[in-house]
Amino acid sequence: MNVYRLRHILGQVGAYTGAVAVMIFALFPVYWILSTALKPNSEIFTREPSLIPRELTLEHFQRVLSGVLIPETTFWSFLGNSLIVTLGSVAVAALFAMLAAMAVARFKFKLRTAFILLLLLIQMVPVEALIITLFVNFHSVGQALDISLLGNLSSVIIVYTTVALPITILMMRSFVAAVPPELEEAAAIDGASRWTIFWRVMMPLVAPGLVAASIFAFITAWNEFLVAYTFLQNSSGSYTLPVSLRFYFGRVTTEWGAIMAASTLLTVPVMLFFLFVQRRLVAGLTLGAVKG
Amino acid sequence: MRKGRVTGDRAPAADPRDRASGGRAKPAPGGRGLARRRRLTPYALLAPSFTLLVVVLVWPIVHMVWMSLHRYSLPEVTGAREPEWNNFQHYLFILTDERFWTIFRNTVLVCLLMVFITMVLGTLVGLLMNRLPNWLQATVGTTLMLAWATPIISAAIVHRWMFDSRYGLVNPVLDALPNWLVGSNWSDFNWLNDPVPFFSVLILTVVWQAFPFVAVTVLAGLKSVPNELYEAARVDGASRWQTFWRVTVPILRPLFALLIVLQVIWDFRIFTQLFILAGGFSNREIFLLPYYAYQLGFASTPQNYGMGSAISVVMTVLVLGITAYYIRIMVRQGEVR
Repeated sequence: MNVYRLRHILGQVGAYTGAVAVMIFALFPVYWILSTALKPNSEIFTREPSLIPRELTLEHFQRVLSGVLIPETTFWSFLGNSLIVTLGSVAVAALFAMLAAMAVARFKFKLRTAFILLLLLIQMVPVEALIITLFVNFHSVGQALDISLLGNLSSVIIVYTTVALPITILMMRSFVAAVPPELEEAAAIDGASRWTIFWRVMMPLVAPGLVAASIFAFITAWNEFLVAYTFLQNSSGSYTLPVSLRFYFGRVTTEWGAIMAASTLLTVPVMLFFLFVQRRLVAGLTLGAVKG
Repeated sequence: MRKGRVTGDRAPAADPRDRASGGRAKPAPGGRGLARRRRLTPYALLAPSFTLLVVVLVWPIVHMVWMSLHRYSLPEVTGAREPEWNNFQHYLFILTDERFWTIFRNTVLVCLLMVFITMVLGTLVGLLMNRLPNWLQATVGTTLMLAWATPIISAAIVHRWMFDSRYGLVNPVLDALPNWLVGSNWSDFNWLNDPVPFFSVLILTVVWQAFPFVAVTVLAGLKSVPNELYEAARVDGASRWQTFWRVTVPILRPLFALLIVLQVIWDFRIFTQLFILAGGFSNREIFLLPYYAYQLGFASTPQNYGMGSAISVVMTVLVLGITAYYIRIMVRQGEVR
C-alpha cells in the first residue's frame, strides 16, 4: 500500500512539474516580446541578454505611438484600419452565414448536400495559392470600374469575409438545428411573419452560437498578414497593424525595441479578447477545422 | 431526407448532432405561388454566401489554371498585351526544373516534420493535462491557447529576434550550457542562412503555435473515453502502456486522423513565418512551395504570374487531394448530412 501511495505522489509531482514546464514553454515567446519592448536599448543590443529587464522604459512605445518609424503614418491609423477590416468582415460574414445556416438546417432542397460538400472542400483552399489570382482579379475589376480596389480596405474585407464564411456556416448550422422547430411554428400560428420569427425567435436563441462562431473569424482577420500585405503594401495609409509590423524592419539596423512594442500592441488586445471569450470558444474549438 | 449514419467510432470532438428537422411545418395553404416561393427560399438564403464563395474562391481557382497555361506578366494584367497560350510551357519547365524539385522535397519534409512533432508533443501534453486536477487543467489550457491566439506575424518576429545571431537570446544560452550537451562556439552562429538551421527555427515557430490546438482537442477526446473501459483494462491486469495502445488509441483513432489531415493542410501553406524569418526573397535555399510561387509572381522581374500560378495549381491539387480524404472521414462520421 505504501509503495502505491509513494508512486501516486511521485506521479502527481511529475505531472505538476510537467504542467509548469508546458506553461513556461507556451508563454515564453509572449513574455520575450513584452520584456524586450520594455527594455532600454542598452539592454537590448547586448551580448548578455537578461531574462528580467533591469530597468523598465516606455520609450519604444512612445516612438511607435508617435508614428515616427513609418513616414506619413500614425499608429492610430493602423489600429483604425485593423478594426475596420476585422469588424467589417466579421459582421458581414456573421449575417451571411446566419442566412445560409438557416437554409441548410431548416430546409430540404436539391443542392443541400452539394453545398455542404462545397463548404468543406472550399474551406481548405489555401489563400496562399490563390493570392496571385486574387491580386490580378482585384486589379482588373478595379481597372474596369475605374476605382482602386487594391490599396483599399474594401478588397481585404471582401477576402476576409469569404474566407470566414465556410467555418462560420458549418458552425451555425448546428446551432440553428438545435433550436426546436416548434418554437417557430408556435410563433407562426400566432401570426408572426417570417422576418419577425427570424429576428425575434431565432436570433436571440442562436446569438451565443453566432458569437462563438464569429470569434474565429475575428481572430483570423485581426492576425492576417499575407493578403493585407499583398494588397496594401503600396499605400501606407491603409496598412493594418500586422502589415505595419513588416515595415519596422530597417534596411540597415533593426529597431528591435520598437518592433516588440508594436508587436505587443498587436498581440495583447487579441489575448485579452481571447481570455474574455474563451469559455464560448471551447464549444466551438472541438468542431475541427478552425484556423484559416 | 438526410441519413447521418452515426457510427460507433465518431470523433468525440464533433458538433452537437443536429436533429433531423427536414424543412418546417406543412406548407401553408395558399396556392402555387406560395409553394414556389417556399421552394426558392433556401436558395435565396444561400445566395449572398454562395456568390461570395464563387467569386472570391471558386472562380480564382479556375482563373489560376487558365493563367498557368498562358504567358502572363504585368502587361497582360494591365491589358497592354493579350495573354498568349503557351502549350503547357510552365508545367514542362517545372517538371525539369531542379530548383522546383528541391523546394518540393523540402516542403514535404518540413511539413511532415512539423506535423509529426506537433502531433507527438500535442498528444503528450493532452495526456499530461488529463492527469491534472480540473482547476490546473483549465489554467494550462488557457495558457496554451494564448500561444495559439498569438498573431502569426508576432510569433515569427519574436522567434527571429530570439535566434538573432548577434543580440538574440538563444546563442548565449547555448554557449552557457555544457559543451558535451550542445557543442560549443555558438556565439554569432547564424540560424537564418542555411537550410537546416533555418528550417529548424521555422519548425519551432510553427510547432509552438500549433501544438496547443492538438493538446486541447486530444484532451477533449480523452475525456470522452468511457471510464468502464479503463476499469476493465485494469481488472484484466493491463499495464499503463498497454492500456494506452489498446484502449485509448483505437478509440481516438478517427480524431487523430482528422488532426493529422488538418495539420498537413495548414503546414503545407506556411508563408508568413517564412517571410519574416527569411526577411525577403534573396535566399532561394530556404524557399517552400507557396513562397516560391509568390516570389515568381510578385518578387521577380518581370513578374511571372503564369509560372507562379502553375506552382499554385500544383499546390492546390495536393491540398484538395488531402482535403478529399478529410471529407471522407467527415462523411464516415456522419458529419455531412
